[in-house]
Formats: sequence, C-alpha cells, structure tokens
Amino acid sequence: MKKFLLKGILHDRGRSLLPVIVVATGAMLTVLLYSWLTGVMGESLEMSSNFMTGDVKVTTRAYAADADQFPNDLAILDSDLLVEELRKVEPSVDWVSRIRFGALADFPDSAGETRGQGPVAGWAIDLFTEGSQEAQRFNLAASIIRGTLPDKPGECLISEDLAARFDVEPGEEFTLFGTTMEGGFSFTNFIVAGTVRFGSAGLDRGAVVIDLNDARNAFAMQGATGEILGYLPETYFDEEEAEAVKAKLNARWTASEDEFAPVAQTLRDMPGMGDLLDYTKSISGFMIFIFVSAMTIVLWNGGLLGGLRRYTEFGVRIALGEDNGHIYRSLLWEALMIGTIGSVIGTTIGVVIATSLNIHGIDISGMMKNATMLMPSIVRPAVDSVIYYIGFIPGVFSMVLGNALAGAGIYKRETARLFNELEV
Amino acid sequence: MENNKIVLLEGVCKRFPAGKTEFTALNNISLSFGKGEFAGLVGPSGSGKTTLLNIIGSLDTPSEGTADVLGKRINLLSHKEAAQLRNYGIGFIFQTYNLLPVYSVYDNVEFALLLQKMSSEARKKAVMEALEWVGLTDKVKSRPSMLSGGECQRVAIARAIVKKPQLVLADEPSANLDSKNSHHIVQTMKRINKELGTTFIFSTHDEKVMQYLDRIIYLKDGMVDKDEIVNK
Ligand SMILES: Nc1ncnc2c1ncn2[C@@H]1O[C@H](COP(=O)(O)OP(=O)(O)OP(=O)(O)O)[C@@H](O)[C@H]1O
Ligand SMILES: [Mg+2]
Repeated sequence: MKKFLLKGILHDRGRSLLPVIVVATGAMLTVLLYSWLTGVMGESLEMSSNFMTGDVKVTTRAYAADADQFPNDLAILDSDLLVEELRKVEPSVDWVSRIRFGALADFPDSAGETRGQGPVAGWAIDLFTEGSQEAQRFNLAASIIRGTLPDKPGECLISEDLAARFDVEPGEEFTLFGTTMEGGFSFTNFIVAGTVRFGSAGLDRGAVVIDLNDARNAFAMQGATGEILGYLPETYFDEEEAEAVKAKLNARWTASEDEFAPVAQTLRDMPGMGDLLDYTKSISGFMIFIFVSAMTIVLWNGGLLGGLRRYTEFGVRIALGEDNGHIYRSLLWEALMIGTIGSVIGTTIGVVIATSLNIHGIDISGMMKNATMLMPSIVRPAVDSVIYYIGFIPGVFSMVLGNALAGAGIYKRETARLFNELEV
Repeated sequence: MENNKIVLLEGVCKRFPAGKTEFTALNNISLSFGKGEFAGLVGPSGSGKTTLLNIIGSLDTPSEGTADVLGKRINLLSHKEAAQLRNYGIGFIFQTYNLLPVYSVYDNVEFALLLQKMSSEARKKAVMEALEWVGLTDKVKSRPSMLSGGECQRVAIARAIVKKPQLVLADEPSANLDSKNSHHIVQTMKRINKELGTTFIFSTHDEKVMQYLDRIIYLKDGMVDKDEIVNK
C-alpha cells in the first residue's frame, strides 16, 4: 500500500508539485530567518559580552549589587591572585581584569584653561600585555577613525563623537577627573592616541578606553580591579557552559559571609540580558508558529483542491473495500512524505544560502546608524545544528495539518450513492 | 434452499429527501439472487436501478426492509464492516470505468488486492490471471489514457474479478462502448460467470447486453414490474 501511494505521489505532479514547492519555500525561509535572526541576536549578545558583561563576570558581592554604578570602592582587592586562581580552576576560560569608571574629561585650551568638559564612560582594559585579547574584543583596530592605537602608558582612545564635540585632535592631552578607590579625588592626564567609533550609539556617545595599569595608578587601585570577566572559547554565548562555570565558582565561595568575597554571574544575570537571551531563544518558536500558520492555510486549500481532483479515486477505493478512515490515514501518510521531501529540498537550499551569507557577512552599518542597541555593523547568519532541522517543523507539520483539515470531508463522507457520484 | 441465495432483499424501500417531502426511489422491492446468476436490472431512467445496486453493494442502506448480501445484513453494517464485505465479496464495474489515471494497468488491478493480506507473489499471479481473463496481458504497463474505451472497461473487469468475489455489480457497463466492444465485454463476463461461477448483477438499457442475460428484472418507478428467466 505504501508503495502504491508513493507511486501516486511521484506520477501525479498535481498532487505533489504545489505542496512540495510551498513546503520547500517555507522550510527555506524558516531556515534563513532563523539563521539570520539568531545570527544578529548572537552578534549583539556577543558585543554586549565583549564590551560589558563577559560570558561570566566575577566581582565582589557588594559590587555586584550595585554594578551599574561601577562602585570601585567595592573592587576586588587581590585581583591578580584571584585571576591566577581562576585560571587554574577554569583554564579554558580567558580571564581578564577590567576597571569600569565614570569620570569627567576636561579638555584644555593652549593656555591650559578649560575649553570644554564632559562626562565620559571609561573602560580600563589590558592593552599592552603580550597575548591580551582585549584589543580584539573591542575591535579597536577596525574602529579607529583618526590617529592610532595607544602603544604606551598614558595614551588612550576616545570616542570620535566626544572628540568631535570638543574639537579634539589625536596627540592632544586632557585631564580625567575621577574618584579613587578610597573615595578621594583623582585627576590624571592622558594623551589622545586616536579616536574610535564602535558603531553603537550607546558606546559612541562618550567612551574612553585606557590601559588597566594607568587606571590602577589613576584611581589608586594597585593590585585591585572592579571586574574580572571570563570569556568562553565558543564564538557565541554558550549559556549552559557559562552557568556551569558560574556554579562551580560560586560553590567555592559560598562559605564566606564577607561582602567582599567574590561572586560569579553570567551574562544572563546582567540587567536586560536575560530578556534578550529569552527573546533570542523564543525567536525560533515564534517563527515556526508564523510559518506553520501561513503554510497550513495554503496547504489546506491545496489539499481541498487535490481532494476534489481525486474524488473519483477515493470513490473507487471505497468501492473496492477501503474504509474512509484508512483513506484518511493514507492521505496523512502522503502528506508526511510530501512534507518530508519538500522540507529536505527547502532545508538544503536554506542551509546553502545561510552558509554562504555566513562566510561573506552582510554589512548593515547603513541601517544601524541610529540604533541604541549594541549591534555590530557586519552581521552573519548563524550556522548551527538547528538550521538542519528547524525547517522540517513547519514543513512537515503544516503539510500534515493542512491535509488533515482538507481530508476531514473525506473522512466524514458517506459511502452512499457512489455509483451516481462517480458517473456524473 | 435459502443458503444458495447470496442476495436476499425483502420489502426494500429507499427514500431520498426531496425538499420538504421525500422521494421514493425504491418501493417495496423483494428479490433474491442465487449463486452463479447472470441477471440484469432493466428499466427507464430514474426507475431505481443504480439505487438498488448501491444497496446490494453495501454503499447505501435501505430506508425500510432488509437486505442480506453474502450472509451479511446491510442495514446493520458499520462503515468498516461494509468496507470489509466489499473488499472480499463484491466487485464493482462502472459505466465510466473509473480507473486511476496515474497508475498503470497492472497497478489498477493490483490495487484491489492491496487491501487484503496477500504476498506479493500471490498478488502478481492473481493480477496476471485476471488480465489474462480479459486479454490484456500485453498492456500491463500502459496507463489508462493510452487505452481505448473497450480496453479500459476490460481493465475494470479485471479489477473487479481479481479478488475472486462471489458477486460482481455492473452499472451500465456498456453504455460508453460501441457495439463490438459491448459484445466483447459482456462475453468476457459471461465466460467468467460460467467458469468461475461468479454472480453478476447488471443494470442496463442495452439490448446487446440483455441478450446474454439469464434473468431480466424490469423496474418501473422503483418497483419490480416483471422478473423473468430467459435464455433457458
Ligand atoms: N441521492 C439522491 N438524492 C435524491 N434523489 C435521488 C438520489 N439518488 C437517486 N435519486 C433519485 O432516485 C431515482 C432513481 O435513481 P437511480 O439513479 O437509481 O435511477 P436509474 O434507474 O439508475 O437511472 P439511470 O438509468 O438514469 O441511471 C431518480 O429519480 C433519482 O433522481
Ligand atoms: Mg443509473
């Protein structure tokens, strides 16, 4: 019987061609949209991770409670020792110290008088240690607009927007007014090595990037650091692994009651990030829902037309002793086959397109000019294992559902008066 | 004596809803058919021939009266049981052949057997045998669209007899055929009737068919007008 039905599918293009095209198109679009959206979301998560949160972040408990204020008075004191410990416990993770700070930048005129003042958001990262990945993480080389990367202590990068606002040229000196770890007043001079634009309004408004050691000197934080960020080896944020690292670390530190004891958090624990992660994950479910709905309607109609066309066949099969339920089930089986064939075709095409777009990347900088989210300017569709099967869900499901609805009439059909019906 | 009656109709009425009233298509029909009969229902259009065949074929049920076919009471069968009865006991031949266009001659005939549990060798043997009966063994791979009307109807006969049913119902089987082909297919069925003992019940207007019948039942306005044995 299965062979008989398969022959029918293969010989009768009217039965298979339209549904295969619809299913293949839907499966392909599902694959592409999924890989596009997860790619874009993944890249922006990645950017958040690189600039803000790390995959795992270790701070003191007190700091964590107030993290958005960058409370450096609550910094980790023996941070270099802690980094060493972390490297031992989780060697596959790249552990880096950073100090985040808010400060006031004061740009002097030639006479040394204040020409302009503005608040800045500061990053102190390891710029000069051999093998440090931090400059790459910030994509500094590609983000330079004017000037160069800092190559010695005392040099820094400022955002191009900030530089433009105060008419600052690379090579100029300015003063950062901040607070020391003890709460004292600090001011330190820096030379602008270059200006940068990261491609995200949130960062470009007033970023200053200095070297970690300069920050320690400036804010009297010798040996200390505000945050220790951990980066997993995977390209995209791997939540399970991050959670595992977090759990392992926190298990070591739970014994302490000290509010200065370290605590680990993952990217999910950072403000706003949990929603973004959940959103990223729900995208596939949402898309599948849209495609299943749309395709089911199309295939339902296709199934109704096909059913009309095959009225004689069903009548004959009933006359030959097949019961309605059996015919109905065979229709569903056919739908399953056609849905599978279409999904294979659509998925193959979708995967090929997604893979080639992934290799070449798509420049969306034009579209992203005014975005406030952390978004990279070149995005790539994600190519992960999901794209190999996600197209099958709407493909097969909508085909079977569409035909289940269309076939309901056949199932309910009275066998009566077959001769008459057939002979019209 | 009742035992060799494979069809037994008693007081069968069939009414169809017609607007607010009902239309009586069959009115108190009592008939029986024995094993091996070659009988025809004859009558003007609208006299109820097809309706009666539908009931005998378990495709419809009487509104009143009882119909026993191959030992089963049609009135009481579920869809599944009726399907089972048709599957094993009854073959159908239609005026318009109703072959499945996307399948070959072989597949069309074989389909009747797919619903039965049967090995593929046994199926193949039965299909070839049936095609031999109708003289179409050289057309096994052809599609119905490549066949003449007479050939199509012979395929339909092969399909009806391939499972060796006790009863074959043929509703105006020659209506779309020319005279030569009409004779040919009725002769084929007659031969099957003689050699396999299959019971045939026709409905027909066709003189050419009638001359082969052993028994002719004249229907008029849903009633039996005359029931006569001929060709004896
Ligand atoms: N499903 C139905 N609903 C209503 N009336 C019906 C139905 N089927 C048949 N009839 C009526 O019952 C009567 C008998 O119909 P039937 O098809 O049995 O006639 P017939 O003898 O086969 O005619 P023909 O020689 O034209 O095939 C007709 O008047 C027909 O209109
Ligand atoms: Mg009729």
